Amino acid sequence: MEEERQSGVISKWLGGLISTMRRLLFTFMSSGPIPQHIAFIMDGNRRFAKKWKLDEGAGHKAGFLSLLSVLKYCYEVGVKYVTVYAFSLDNFNRRPDEVQYVMDIMYEKIQGFLKELDMVNRYGVRVLFIGDLNRLDEPVRLAAEKAMEATAKNTKTYLLVCVAYTSSHEIPRAIYEACQEKSLALASSGKNDDGIVNDDDDDVIKVVDLEKHMYMGVAPDPDILVRSSGETRLSNFLLWQSTNSLLYSPKALWPEMGFWQVVWGILKYQNKCYYLEKKKKQA
Amino acid sequence: MDPVAESQKFFRRISQSSNIMLFLLWHVVHLILSVLYIVREIFRAIENYLITNGYVKTYTNLNLDRVKYLGIVIDSDEARNTSKVVELLEWLSALGVKKLCLYDREGVLKKSKAVFMERFGSTENSVAGPLVSKKRMDFEFVSITDGKEAVAKAANLLFKKYYVDGDSEKPFFTEAHLTDALKTLGAVEPDPDLLLIYGPVRCHLGFPAWRIRYTEMVHMGPLKYKKLGLIMKAIHRFTKVKQNYGS
Repeated sequence: MEEERQSGVISKWLGGLISTMRRLLFTFMSSGPIPQHIAFIMDGNRRFAKKWKLDEGAGHKAGFLSLLSVLKYCYEVGVKYVTVYAFSLDNFNRRPDEVQYVMDIMYEKIQGFLKELDMVNRYGVRVLFIGDLNRLDEPVRLAAEKAMEATAKNTKTYLLVCVAYTSSHEIPRAIYEACQEKSLALASSGKNDDGIVNDDDDDVIKVVDLEKHMYMGVAPDPDILVRSSGETRLSNFLLWQSTNSLLYSPKALWPEMGFWQVVWGILKYQNKCYYLEKKKKQA
Repeated sequence: MDPVAESQKFFRRISQSSNIMLFLLWHVVHLILSVLYIVREIFRAIENYLITNGYVKTYTNLNLDRVKYLGIVIDSDEARNTSKVVELLEWLSALGVKKLCLYDREGVLKKSKAVFMERFGSTENSVAGPLVSKKRMDFEFVSITDGKEAVAKAANLLFKKYYVDGDSEKPFFTEAHLTDALKTLGAVEPDPDLLLIYGPVRCHLGFPAWRIRYTEMVHMGPLKYKKLGLIMKAIHRFTKVKQNYGS
């Protein structure tokens, strides 16, 4: 009993020391520019499970734990927006049992999240689910909508979870929404002018109209786009929004991602920030 | 003397000096990072020497069939150095690259199009003397106006097609609608398989979004430090990549 209490005290002390050192490191990093928005492609869960001879599902579960630590470090260092690519529209082509498993994990984690709302709201995290939510199973979609509603008033930090998302879907959808908006606007202005609709203007829809209707229009463009497991492609993620993003591909599989990858990514960004800001201004 | 005010002043001075210390430490760390980048550049130069002189057998027989369409992104400031771009194209041509997409944000490469087409183009207009045995390449020149602005033009095309007539059916736009609209505007080239990025940062700088869904993007460093061996390594690595396309 005495030994247990002692080891409990030691581990608490050690934990406190590690936490203090981490805060010191983050304070030091804050001497330079901290990215406002980091996006993550959470790649490598299945490879992780294969590597450690686990069930495939265990890889996704390990990935979720990794997501929680990465989020913690990002918010601690001062990143305001974190976007994660949880499930692509292309992933619906996977085996049905794997798709169902991922849906079940999402449902379970969102329900768990809803149970901790007090803590979430204390940290001021606003959760947004980005993508074609109608493609999700009904219980998952309802849970996601509930989570979005419950955190709608938070403004300190943002977590954007891309599910049933691809840029190939987002861009034409934004065009559709922009067309709908312009059509209504022209119809109402047309009514005021005795039914004369002005269709001589060749550029009714501009880039800014499309960006307003993008799923990701709720957040600024990402400063860093991280893909774990060392792959160098974006797989249909934030293609429109990554014009001036630093692309970073650490070799670690997603469940292996953590503190050092976040630190290294931010240090790389700080080193190249001047160039990236210059490019943003030129646009 | 108010002890509370005194201690507040003392702690303020300590926190100010510790902030200055952290600020200086930050600069020192970033200086070390810059030195590490230089060291990495030296290692890359050694690697390049070994590859181009045949010491590394892995890269001797490149299978270029998998690279059907190669994209090159160049930082616009570096793209103004036409001779460096020509040198790069000479290497790519010698490796056997047939189809190439050249992108720079501001369209600097578009302005030098005539120079490149004359040296390497496969059209009838190119001047190819009988003694010149350079391999010919097909070019596409792209800039930022072919990216988001092209999508906006396509959006206007779709708007005119489906929304000007009030009674017509208004479908939910999909990738197919966008592709057709872009084709009408002249965007007919395929997606690049591999994108080599020449610039200070690994960033695609606004390459047309809908064309890089599954494109592998490799950072090659600044154009002035380009290395043939590293191009061979990037192409070789690309041929080993296995894509699931999400499934």
